[in-house]
Amino acid sequence: MWCSRTALGRLQKIAPCTVSGFHRAMSVLPKVYVTRKVPPDGLDILRKSGQVQFEMWDSDDPVPRVELLKKVKGCDGILCVLTEKIDAQLLDAAGPNLKVLSTMSVGFDHLSLDELKKRGIRVGYTPDVLTDAVAELTVALLLATSRRLIEATHEAKTGGWGTWRTLWLCGHELANSTVGILGLGRIGVAIAERLKAFKVKKFIYTDVEPRPELAKMIEAEYVSLDELAKQSDFLAICCALTPETHGICNWNLFSKMKKNAIFINTSRGGVVNQEDLYEALSTGLIAGAGLDVTTPEPLPTHHPLFTLKNCVILPHIASASYTTRNAMSALAANNLLTGLRGEPMPKELKL
Amino acid sequence: MSAQQMMKVFVTRRIPQEGMKILQKAGMCNLSVWDSDEPVPRVELLKGVAGAHGILCLLSDKIDTEVLDAAGPNLKVISTLSVGFDHLAIDEIKKRGIRVGYTPDVLTDATAELTVALLLATARRLPEGVEEVKNGGWSTWKPLWLCGYGLSGSTVGVIGLGRIGLAIARRLKPFGVKRLLYTGRQPKPQAQEVDGEYVPLDTLLSECDFVVVSCSLTPDTQNLCDKTFFSKMKKTSIFINTSRGAVVNQEDLFEALSSGQIAAAGLDVTTPEPLPTDHPLLTLKNCVVLPHIGSATYSTRGVMSALTANNLLAGLTGSEMPSELKL
Repeated sequence: MWCSRTALGRLQKIAPCTVSGFHRAMSVLPKVYVTRKVPPDGLDILRKSGQVQFEMWDSDDPVPRVELLKKVKGCDGILCVLTEKIDAQLLDAAGPNLKVLSTMSVGFDHLSLDELKKRGIRVGYTPDVLTDAVAELTVALLLATSRRLIEATHEAKTGGWGTWRTLWLCGHELANSTVGILGLGRIGVAIAERLKAFKVKKFIYTDVEPRPELAKMIEAEYVSLDELAKQSDFLAICCALTPETHGICNWNLFSKMKKNAIFINTSRGGVVNQEDLYEALSTGLIAGAGLDVTTPEPLPTHHPLFTLKNCVILPHIASASYTTRNAMSALAANNLLTGLRGEPMPKELKL
Repeated sequence: MSAQQMMKVFVTRRIPQEGMKILQKAGMCNLSVWDSDEPVPRVELLKGVAGAHGILCLLSDKIDTEVLDAAGPNLKVISTLSVGFDHLAIDEIKKRGIRVGYTPDVLTDATAELTVALLLATARRLPEGVEEVKNGGWSTWKPLWLCGYGLSGSTVGVIGLGRIGLAIARRLKPFGVKRLLYTGRQPKPQAQEVDGEYVPLDTLLSECDFVVVSCSLTPDTQNLCDKTFFSKMKKTSIFINTSRGAVVNQEDLFEALSSGQIAAAGLDVTTPEPLPTDHPLLTLKNCVVLPHIGSATYSTRGVMSALTANNLLAGLTGSEMPSELKL
C-alpha cells in the first residue's frame, strides 16, 4: 500500500509536474517500511509529513520473515515493533540506504546493536511515554497476584462462592511490607512511586551499580541480589534483558526468598528460568508469581505454569492503553522522520 | 470466677485464632461457638443465643427482633466482625440498651487496596488477558490488542469519601490522576489531603473516567446506581463498587454494560451474596465480579478478630470499647 497521496499533493502545489516528472520527484522521497499496522497517531504523522513514501504491513499480525526481507530492500528507514529481529540478515537485505531504525518499544533486545552501530544506522525507541502504563500494569499484576483476584473471579463464576467466610481467599497485603526492585530504572521508580501510598514500609533494590539519584526519589536502599531475595515480601523485576540478566531469576534466587513472597516480572521473559519458577511455586518456596512476559511469547497453552493457581500470566500487555500505544506510535514516527532529516531525534538510543 | 459470674457468649462462626485466644484467656466467658467456616443456620442461631450476655457475629448473620427476643434480657453487647452494620437492626438494639462493637479502621487498608486492585484489573482487562492466555487467544504482541484505560491524566470520582473512600483516593493519586472529585452529604475537610473537589453527583458522573462507590448502605443510598445514574456516565468510564451490593440496581448495570453505555464494571459486592452462577452479569467480558474479599488478608482478618473479641469483652464488663458503634 503506497501512502503518498499527500506527498503528491504537496509536490504538485509547489512544482506542477508531468506524470514522468512526478515519478522522478516521488523517487527522491526517502523510502520507509512500517512492519505492522501501528496505531493511528503515528501513521497520521508519517502521512502528513509529506517527507516519506511508505509501505506498511497492513495487519495486526507480524509480517512473515520472507516478506519482511523483501520489503526492506532499498529502504532509508524502517519502523518496527518488538517481534521483528533486526539482525545482520535483515540489514544486509535492506542494503546501504538504511539510515534509521525506529522501534515502537522501549526494549531493544530484538535489535543487533553491534550490527547497527557498525553500519552507522541511527536507532530511535520509545522510553518514557510508556512508563506510566507499564508501571500501572505492573502494580495491577502485583495486586491481582497478592490478593488472588484470578482465583476469586473463578470461584465467583463456578459456584465456589458460598457466604462470607473469615479466612477464605485471604491474600498478603502491601501495608508494612518490604518491596524489592531488581533493576532500578524509569519503570522501577514509577512502580515504587505508585506502591508507596499502600503503606509499604521499605523499598530496596539491586542493580549493576547503585543508582543514587533514582533511589533518592523513592528512598530505596541499595542491597545485594541475595539480600534482595531474602528481605522482599514483593519482588518486582524491572531490568533490561542483557547477557548478564539472562536467567538471573533462577533457583539460586527463589531458594533465598520468603515463603510469603510475591514475584512479579514485567521486564522480559528471558530474565526468568521458568522451570525453576515452576518448582518454586509448586513446592511453596514462594507464595505466588505474576508474569506479563514469558519465553516464548505466546506461552504454549500446555505449559506447566498454567496448572498453578498461584501463577498469574498476562499476554504482554504492560503498555496496552489506548493513549500510550498512540503516544508510542507518534514518537516512533517522529524518531524516524527526524532521523531521516539528519536531525536530533526526540528519543535516540545511544549505541 | 464462679459459674454465676461467667458470661454466656455465643460466637456465630469459627473466627481467626487471634480473637479466640483473647476470649479464652479472659476467663470470664462461657463460650458457645458455631465451630464452622459455614454460617450458622437460623434455627441454631436462635437456640444458641438464648440467655446470652454477648453475641459475636459476622455480617452474614441477621441480628433482628427475632434474634434479640430469642436472646432475652441478658444481652448487653453485640460485637460484629465487620465495619458494615446493615445486618443489625439498630433501632431495636438501641431500644434495648444493647451496645455494639464493630471494626472500622483496621480493615481500611486491606479494603482500599482491594478496591484499587479491582479498579486496575477492570480498567486494564486482566481477567480477559488471563483467559486469552489460557485458551490460545494469545498469538503475538499486537499494538491495539487488549488495550485498556489508564489512570494517568484521568478524572476519578469517589462516592462517599469516608475512611475507606479517602484511603482509596490516596492510593489512586500517584497513578497520575489529574482530578479527584467526590460527592456525599457534605464536604469533608480531609479531602484536602488528596486535593478532592466536592461536587454534585451529576457532575461527578458526567466528568469522571472512573467512578468508585464507597458509601455505606442506608435508605438514601439503596439503589443509588440505577438507570439514570449510568445514563449520565461517559461511554469510556469504569464503574467500581466495593461498598454493599444493594447500592446498585443490577439489572440496570447489566443494561449499561451490555449496551456500551459505560465501558466496564468491577464489583466486590452483589445482591445476593453469593451471586448465582447463572446471573447475567457473570456472562459479560467487561464485568469483573469478586466474591466479597475486600478485607481478606491474613493480617487484617487476624486484627479484626482481635478487635471484635476486645469489643465484646469491654461490652460484657461495662468498660470502654476500642471501637464502639454510636447508636
